[in-house]
Amino acid sequence: MIPEAKIEAKKLDFYYGHKKALNGISMVAPKNKVTALIGPSGCGKSTFIRTLNRMNDVIPGTRVEGQIIIDGVDIYSQRIDVVELRRRIGMVFQKPNPFPKSIFDNIAYGLRINGIKAKNKIEEIVEKSLQEAALWDEVKDRLRENAFSLSGGQQQRLCIARSVAVEPEVILYDEPCSAIDPIATAKIEDLIQKQREKYTVVIVTHNMQQAARVSDYTAFLMLGELIEYGETPKLFTNPENKLTEDYITGRFG
Amino acid sequence: MKKKKIVELLGFLSLRICLYLVLAVLLLFLYDIGSKGAGTLSWEFLSQAPKRGMTEGGIFPAIIGTLLVTIVTAILAVPLGMFAAIYLNEYAKQTRLTRIIRLSIRNLSGVPSIVYGLFGVILFVNILKFGTSILSAGLTLGLLTLPWTITASEEALKTIPNSYREGALALGATKWQAIRTNVLPYAMPGMLTGTVLGLARAAGETAPIMFTGAAFYLPYLPQSLRDQFMALPYHLYVMATQHHSIAQVRPIAYGTALVLLLLILLMTMSVALIRYRMRRVKRE
Repeated sequence: MIPEAKIEAKKLDFYYGHKKALNGISMVAPKNKVTALIGPSGCGKSTFIRTLNRMNDVIPGTRVEGQIIIDGVDIYSQRIDVVELRRRIGMVFQKPNPFPKSIFDNIAYGLRINGIKAKNKIEEIVEKSLQEAALWDEVKDRLRENAFSLSGGQQQRLCIARSVAVEPEVILYDEPCSAIDPIATAKIEDLIQKQREKYTVVIVTHNMQQAARVSDYTAFLMLGELIEYGETPKLFTNPENKLTEDYITGRFG
Repeated sequence: MKKKKIVELLGFLSLRICLYLVLAVLLLFLYDIGSKGAGTLSWEFLSQAPKRGMTEGGIFPAIIGTLLVTIVTAILAVPLGMFAAIYLNEYAKQTRLTRIIRLSIRNLSGVPSIVYGLFGVILFVNILKFGTSILSAGLTLGLLTLPWTITASEEALKTIPNSYREGALALGATKWQAIRTNVLPYAMPGMLTGTVLGLARAAGETAPIMFTGAAFYLPYLPQSLRDQFMALPYHLYVMATQHHSIAQVRPIAYGTALVLLLLILLMTMSVALIRYRMRRVKRE
């Protein structure tokens, strides 16, 4: 029923110090599909998505048990190069976080740190990435302006462009629209819809309608546990678990 | 309702009076030194050595001495302080040990400078056998400046949002790449400000250099780092308290004080300029 898995979590536990934040999560994110993670605040959905590119490694006192398998390899095994892993698994954060550089340099940044120096190559990728993020037409005449001069929604699309520029295989979205107005949100949702052709997408969202609109598969988490996982239309129309039903019908949340 | 307004008014008023009082003292102080020192200032005063038992002539050797010793201080304190701050803020785990280290550094900045002077005599002059010299004095001042440099640099690093670091890491940057390309450039103006303010303070110190290298009077300029030197703050101390005819050399003392103040003003102004430049590049 579920197509080829790009990412698979196997009995994943996660600890902040002694506090267990994730408890035995097992699920997959299928290749070239959008998988949404929903659940009430503090359910561990952001923690989970940050284990997929090992971004939690930078938080002191955290610990992972279990496995995250990407393309058949456990990314927590010794021989994994975390830096290369993060290049392959892009991430767009909750708050747009452009760097205090020009629009152009924001995108070029990832290319430069990955060793691409040729100017024309960089220019070419910057344009391609901005087009992919549907931002090119709005910024093509002001590439040298500071990225902070963009609106919030534009900044987030810039961050998307920045992340696709380094040619990732997976893009992780950690509540990408929570700080953005509805019109800008619609643009970003459009982008995510299209991205499944090229990437595997995992998105954390607080907004159930958003999950229903953009995703193929949905996982519902609560208190660090996976309550239900399945195809999005099914989970939203005919959930198996009572908790899922209560959550998506707005009885709590 | 009315009472609230009066309290508010009185509150603001007292705050404002405090500010004016501080300003008044500062202005009085600057006026005193400026008015009494300005008459002494001249090209000869700046470019000639003291003459006739230091009752005439200029303070050129003291200016040179202070500049040289400050350079040695900077060579020790600037890189060491910045790198230590980078390590503490970016790499070190937040354990009890790092908390103790951090607290010790804060406390070191409160140690009286004369204690640094004594420590410098023991370590640099006696144990390392650098003699009473520019090197010993500069290194002593370097130690004195380090806690300030580290603290100021760490504070500057703390102001850089974590999202810059995480954003860079998420694109496949190594930790050092993230720090070097996406943290340091934005922290640098703040780090430099703290550092140069520390250096300016060191340039005006007397006690640490008294035992470690500053000379009462030298008929020649220092030829190497191992030579003794004259320095502005020590020269001022000598002219104000140690000279055989203090009353006669009072104008020279004021002139020296004014030059020292101007030198420090120059240092802080240059930082302001660097900050301004860096900000503009960033906005580009």
